[in-house]
Amino acid sequence: MNRMPVIIIGVFLTFLCSWLGLVAYPYFNLARYTPVVDENTGDINPPPLSGLAERGQLVYASSGCVYCHSQQVRQVGYGSDLARGWGSRPTVARDYMRESPVFLGTMRTGPDLTNIGARQPSVMWHHQHLYQPAVVSPGSIMPSFRYLYETRKIEGQRSAEAIDVLPPDNPPEGYEIVPTYQAEALVAYLVSLNRNYPLPEAPEPPQ
Amino acid sequence: MSATLDYPAPVAASRDHPATVTPETEKTQRALIDASTRVPVILFYGSAIFWLLIGSLLALVASFKLNEPSLLNQWGWLTFGRVRPAHLNAVVYGWASAAGIGTSLWLMARLCRTPLRHTKLLIGAAIFWNIGVLLGILGILSGDGRSIEWLEFPNYASFMLFVAFGLIAVWAILMFRFREPGHIYVSQWYLLAAFLWFPWLYSTANILLNFQPIQGGGQGAVNWWYAHNTLGLWFTPIGLASAYYLIPKVLGRPIHSYYLSILGFWSLALFYSWNGMHHLIGGPFPAWLISASVVASVMMFIPVITTAINHHMTVRGNFQALKWSPTLRFTVFGAMCYTLASLQGISMAIPSLNEVTHFTHYTVGHAHLGLYAFFTMIMFGAMYYILPRVVGWEWPSARLIRWHFWLAAIGIGMMVVVLTLGGLLQGLALLDPEITFMASLDYTKPWLFLRSISGLLLTAGHIVFAVSFTLLLLKVGATRNEPTLFMTEQDRQPEPISA
Repeated sequence: MNRMPVIIIGVFLTFLCSWLGLVAYPYFNLARYTPVVDENTGDINPPPLSGLAERGQLVYASSGCVYCHSQQVRQVGYGSDLARGWGSRPTVARDYMRESPVFLGTMRTGPDLTNIGARQPSVMWHHQHLYQPAVVSPGSIMPSFRYLYETRKIEGQRSAEAIDVLPPDNPPEGYEIVPTYQAEALVAYLVSLNRNYPLPEAPEPPQ
Repeated sequence: MSATLDYPAPVAASRDHPATVTPETEKTQRALIDASTRVPVILFYGSAIFWLLIGSLLALVASFKLNEPSLLNQWGWLTFGRVRPAHLNAVVYGWASAAGIGTSLWLMARLCRTPLRHTKLLIGAAIFWNIGVLLGILGILSGDGRSIEWLEFPNYASFMLFVAFGLIAVWAILMFRFREPGHIYVSQWYLLAAFLWFPWLYSTANILLNFQPIQGGGQGAVNWWYAHNTLGLWFTPIGLASAYYLIPKVLGRPIHSYYLSILGFWSLALFYSWNGMHHLIGGPFPAWLISASVVASVMMFIPVITTAINHHMTVRGNFQALKWSPTLRFTVFGAMCYTLASLQGISMAIPSLNEVTHFTHYTVGHAHLGLYAFFTMIMFGAMYYILPRVVGWEWPSARLIRWHFWLAAIGIGMMVVVLTLGGLLQGLALLDPEITFMASLDYTKPWLFLRSISGLLLTAGHIVFAVSFTLLLLKVGATRNEPTLFMTEQDRQPEPISA
């Protein structure tokens, strides 16, 4: 091969081919979804995120949760996602129309979080778990996110948003642990994660 | 003897070289070309080695955090979810890409048979590149990371990298424009392709994921199209270009088959670019999209086996040269691991196997087999060959090179084995819904500890290499008239190649 144009054109065309298939196709077909209104309940699916939860999505990204937690429920025949109770149906592209960046994930050092809001709706549980993961969930190797919390001196009454921290991480007498705005946002996002709503293209599989 | 070793007849050029050129003129010409690449090559190599050390440190922090989660957990900027992507980006953009660019510059000048032109463009590119990597790593650690695998750099950093790359691409085109007429060697095809593919790849992915993000459903596809092609169409071509040049060069014999090189090149271009979606098997994507990638992944058998045969047949009968040549030992180790990593990658794309390995540390082991055992080892080999020629000084110590090789080879071997075994146990446990999730995590813990140990070995190797590099730059040690080899000439019985 001594002719430059042959090499350049070949290099261009082979790559163009994959660009059309794996970029242009997804761009036009997987990234142009609109929400669906459920005829029975009048719900908009997937539901929009609250402002705080949207903020929490960014905290999720900046903390790198995706490196240990996936957010995808695979079809029957690909792993035991449904059998583990990680969702009532496999997820489809429309589920992610409001996600940017998308947290599909490639690693499960921790469990899948597609529907963590349905499995663990308690805001307090999430705060405790983020603050002292190994105490709340024995055997866990999740790092503590204590840098998202403040240790504050109790002035008068204990504040309503203070979290219950168990030993050995409990604060000294007269102090309380309160979530920062970032922690509040992250937990709002986590409890919002519930994709067990019906979509026309994703019926629940027969039990 | 030493002259042959230093500068064997240029295999690439032999076909069309005018017979009137004497070996002495050729030698002088090559020395001139090598000297012209000095500043940019040392800049790219030096910064690459710096980022290799930083990347190793970040890797150790991330790895030990999985063994002991309370380690350094009071600071947000050192949380696992930031240190891990900081490690990946430091080694992918800071180390591997910069080492690849440095190697490519030198190879291009040699193969175009012309002194390097427009050095200032390249110096500018090196500065932009390093500022970009620095901003990106600091950005990730301070919480600006995007959590898009392989594209975590915030926009202000990726923009700098893109500018740097633009300058390099312009330079590459100019080099080809002014090359000496004649045969275009296989290494040049790969380099030209890599330098055209990567800017396209990088800009498309950054625009659709970071500057004007599309909806999440499409992002997954673009993400893995990018991440897999960075391996397949950026690192792989540069690694193969280096192997295709250095193996015949050190042995002083031509590449086994020109036609196998052609087949290997075009089948790689055609199939590798379609591989990415095998990272999303079972995910929320149309079945045909995933199937296309699975098929393309299996078809990778063609370029991989073709290249493996071509390299093997070139070295065949001369394997004893691995005993004395550092360049060849690193390069052949890398080339063999290319075959291994690719065959493993093909197997992982087969859905029934993927079901076990997906979402586990098995994939992490595979990534290190590709980016370290293949690409990084080939880059080390290239550096051992190129640096003495551009610095004008031989490596000060064969013992340091030997330590570097064994620490790297044993370290990466151990890392791949323990992650593979740990990943298989984790994957089999995840498949069985009767086994609790926590048990799947418990299975990995001892293996993750061994992984940290293997990381210590690799880091030690990198420190040895950095010391060796610094001594070379400072021109420490006795003046040598021939390359630093693992064995002196008297030790070699019988003579590996005829003088």
